[in-house]
Order: sequence, then C-alpha cells, then structure tokens
Amino acid sequence: MNPVIQAKGLQKSYGGHCVVDGLDLSIHKGECFGLLGPNGAGKTTTLRLLLGLIEPDAGSATLLDLPVPQAAREARIKVGVVPQMDNLDPDFTVAENLLVYGRYFGMRDSEIEARIPDLLEFASLTSKRDAKVPTLSGGMKRRLTLARALVNDPDVVFLDEPTTGLDPQARHLIWQRLNALTQQGKTLLLTTHFMDEAERLCHRLAVMDNGKLISQGSPRHLIEQNIEPQVVEVFGETAAQWANQHAATFSQRHEVSGESVFCYVQDAQQLVAHLQSQSALRYLHRPANLEDVFLKLTGREMRE
Amino acid sequence: MSMSHFVLPHLTLRFFPIWRRHWLVWRKVAVPAILGHLADPVIYMLGLGYGLGSLLPEMGGTSYIAFLAAGTLCYSSMNSASFESLYGAFARMHEQRTWEAIMNTPVTLDDIVLSEILWSATKSLMSGVAVLIVIWILGLSDSLMSLWMIPLVLLIGLTFAAVGLIMTALAPAYDFFMYYFTLVITPMMLLCGVFFPVSQLPEALQALAAALPLTHAVDLARPLMKGEVPAQAVFHVGVLLTYALVGFYISLVLFRRRLSR
Repeated sequence: MNPVIQAKGLQKSYGGHCVVDGLDLSIHKGECFGLLGPNGAGKTTTLRLLLGLIEPDAGSATLLDLPVPQAAREARIKVGVVPQMDNLDPDFTVAENLLVYGRYFGMRDSEIEARIPDLLEFASLTSKRDAKVPTLSGGMKRRLTLARALVNDPDVVFLDEPTTGLDPQARHLIWQRLNALTQQGKTLLLTTHFMDEAERLCHRLAVMDNGKLISQGSPRHLIEQNIEPQVVEVFGETAAQWANQHAATFSQRHEVSGESVFCYVQDAQQLVAHLQSQSALRYLHRPANLEDVFLKLTGREMRE
Repeated sequence: MSMSHFVLPHLTLRFFPIWRRHWLVWRKVAVPAILGHLADPVIYMLGLGYGLGSLLPEMGGTSYIAFLAAGTLCYSSMNSASFESLYGAFARMHEQRTWEAIMNTPVTLDDIVLSEILWSATKSLMSGVAVLIVIWILGLSDSLMSLWMIPLVLLIGLTFAAVGLIMTALAPAYDFFMYYFTLVITPMMLLCGVFFPVSQLPEALQALAAALPLTHAVDLARPLMKGEVPAQAVFHVGVLLTYALVGFYISLVLFRRRLSR
C-alpha cells in the first residue's frame, strides 16, 4: 500500500535561509508519526509543504496519493488540521464553529448537524454547545479545534504542537483522544517538543534540526540507536569539578550543564557505588529517554 | 516573488460558505451595525443639506439637499466597502487567523479574496439601501430611476473593496490604514463631486478628479436620482469595473505573496 504522506527531497528556503533541506518522509496508514525538533527546526514549514499550502523550491510530495501542491485542494477534502495557534471564530458558539467549518468542505448543513453531537461528545464539550468561544478555557479551545479538524471525517490529521500551553489535565485528555483516533485507523502527523508526548503517542518519530531529519524510528529504536541505556544525573556545586576528574572513568559519555552533569552509561553500578561515597553530590539514576536523545542530537544550546 | 503568484484568479462558488460565515457574524450585530451604517451619512446629509442648503438657491437643477443625497449615497457606499475590506479583512487575515483556518480546508486563497470583495460589497449594498430608504422617506427622490441606485451601490462596493484589499495585503498593522483614509478616501470625498460639482474646481484638480473612481460613481448617481439617464453611462460603469477587476487581481497577487511566507 502506498504511504498516506510521502515526501521526496523536499526543500524550501526563505530569504536565502534553507528552512527545509532535502526532506524524505513516508507515513503509512494508521500510523501516528511525530516530528520533533527545537524551535525553528522547520517543523511547521514541513507541515505546510505537506498540506500543499506553500510550494517547495525542489522535491515532491504526495498526500493521500495526490500530488501536492498541484492537487492539494482535492487532497484536503479528507484531511483535518489542528494549527499551532488557535484560529477558532471568536464571534461564534462552539456548535456554530463546527457548522461553519463543515461548510468549507462542501458538506450540507443537515450532514454537519448530524455529526455535531458526536464531535462534541468526543471533545467533551457537549455541555458547552452554545457557549461562545471567548468563554472557553485553553484546553476547551484546543479540544474544539480538534473536533473542528474532524468535522469532515478525515483520513489524515495534521497537528502542530497540539498540547502547547495546556495544563497536565488538559494534555492528558488530548492524548487520550489522539490515541482513540489512531485506534480508529486514522493517520496522525504531529509536531511537538514534549518528549513524553512523543514517546506516549507516536509509533514512529523523526528528529528534525536545521531543516533536516537527523534520525527516525520508533521511540524505543531511537533511544537504542542513539544513546547509552542508563543515565546518571549528578548535581551539586562541585559537580563540574567532579566531572573533570571522574566522569570519564565511570561513563562512556558525559555532558556538563551548569551545576549538573549527565553521565551516559551502559551499566551504572560502579558509578552509583562511587557516587554514594561523595557526600557533596546528589544524583539521580534513571533509564535513558527520548529527551536525552533529543538533546544529544540537537545540542543543549538555546534556540531563539 | 514566484511566477505562480501571477496566475489569473480561479473563481469558483466555494466563496459562498465564507460569505455565509461573514453574514452569520454580521447578523449577530445587525442592529447596531445598521444604525452605524445610517448615522454618519444621514447626519451629514441632513446637517449640510438643510444647514448649508438654506444658503444656496439650488445646485445642478435641484435643491441642495437632493443634490447632496446622490453624493452621500456614493460616498457612504465607498466608506462601507473600504472599512470592511481594510479593517474587517485585516482582522480576519491577521488577528483572528480566520483565513488560515479556512485555507486548511478545500478552499483556496482565490476563493477567500473573492469572498472578501463580495462581502464588502454586500455591506455597501446594505448601507446604500438603508440610506436610499431615508432619502425616499424624506422625498428627496421620487423617480423610479432611483431604483438603479441599488445595483450602483453594489458596483461601488465591489470597486472600493477590491482597491481597499490592496492596502490590506500590504498592511503591517492597522495604523497603516490611516494613510489610505487620509490620502485616498478623504480626498475623494472632497474632490469627486459629493458636496459640490467637480466643475467648480480648478482645472488641474478636475483632471485629478476625473481619474478617481468616486467621480464616476457620482456622475452615474446624480442623474439617476433625478430620473434622468446618465450621460456616458457605459464609460462610467467601465471605469468602476476596471478599478474593481484590476484591484482584485493586484490584491490577490499581493495576498499570495504575503501568505506564502
């Protein structure tokens, strides 16, 4: 079966700066695919290219077997989009937002009205049906945006940082719903910089930086492929000094960040035993996670 | 700028759901909106018409207030379309990101820009008809020919909406629109024969006025309100349509460029 979303050598520059640089991607039906990367890595531009909203300078892409941007309009009939910034209609109620949006897909009013109760139920907004958008909380707005993206019963849903700015309760509810969508067989493409979100939701991930995909695979595969299995974080005023003298003896690789030292090891036993005798230092021993991979691949310095 | 920005507009009926969206928003504020449409032009017309009009014997073969009524219809239609295509469209494009939401559906920018022009023209039509009803009630025009004002205010709306959208496509922020109102809209109101015949102006200003779209609207409106067939009607309509079509195309090219960034 053909991939639902495919990109070959996609490239896009703005003012001489290459934002997306030779991107290859295949996303299959029913997959939840996560695009990870620091701010400015080119994630949103990638989504816009794959939706056919902007033209690539080079390369090609297909969405639901249609070439984009050439046939993007036709492809978007079966696509839903949750944008990074809310763009709900503030003058409308919750239900009106869904009705008006469904019309853009050429749906009849009766058809949309029939879907609204299910969409509200899915978004846990049934009691807010007639509430105006400005009265909703951030989490409710996000859920309404998700419901709106589903009004046309899409096969593919694009989500650009779906949980940024939400509190933990609101995030967990969105995660549940996204899991439900993948169970229904929908294909999801999401961008995020929350590693726990990516690890929890995505079947496959790609880490993006400076417009390029630098690694991809399942969350577990990415961790195994890129990093030692154990991490010992060492904290304290003398941590940096300690790292100079001892870190290399006990760990395969270490990084100093302020008053913390991150030691990446195959086996932490000896290091932990050593640290127990260092009264000035505190430590945390844990399995390596996606955030470690992300920081290793994209570096620790700030991106702004 | 990419070559694809210059492709001719692809016009479809997909603008209609967007137009309905704007209509639904407007319906929620219909009463204050209608009052707003009416207050400014009617106060101008009554104040200047009766106040200044009492000092003037007649103008262009009618009472001054009847003379002014035709001009008022034209400039208030121009204002309605201009405000909507500048402030309204900018809010939807930039602040509320409504356009972005719509472009994620099977609707294109061409459809959106068309919907904005038609919606602004709809506002002109509504404000024009409201003012026209006041004019009829005051007995300032009793000719059936004045019914032609209804398609004319729609055409004025299309013209000024299309031209106004060029500004919207270029605007970094709302402040930018002050230039347009101060340097384009207000001069047109004063130079294009709304308050006095263009023939009273020095020749250089007359030549300038002849190039401005509002002059052609007024040249059509004044005879129609008196029940006469306008001279050179086809030419005047042609000028307004040309402004509308060229404005539509230029604004679309500029919006394509702006939104492809």
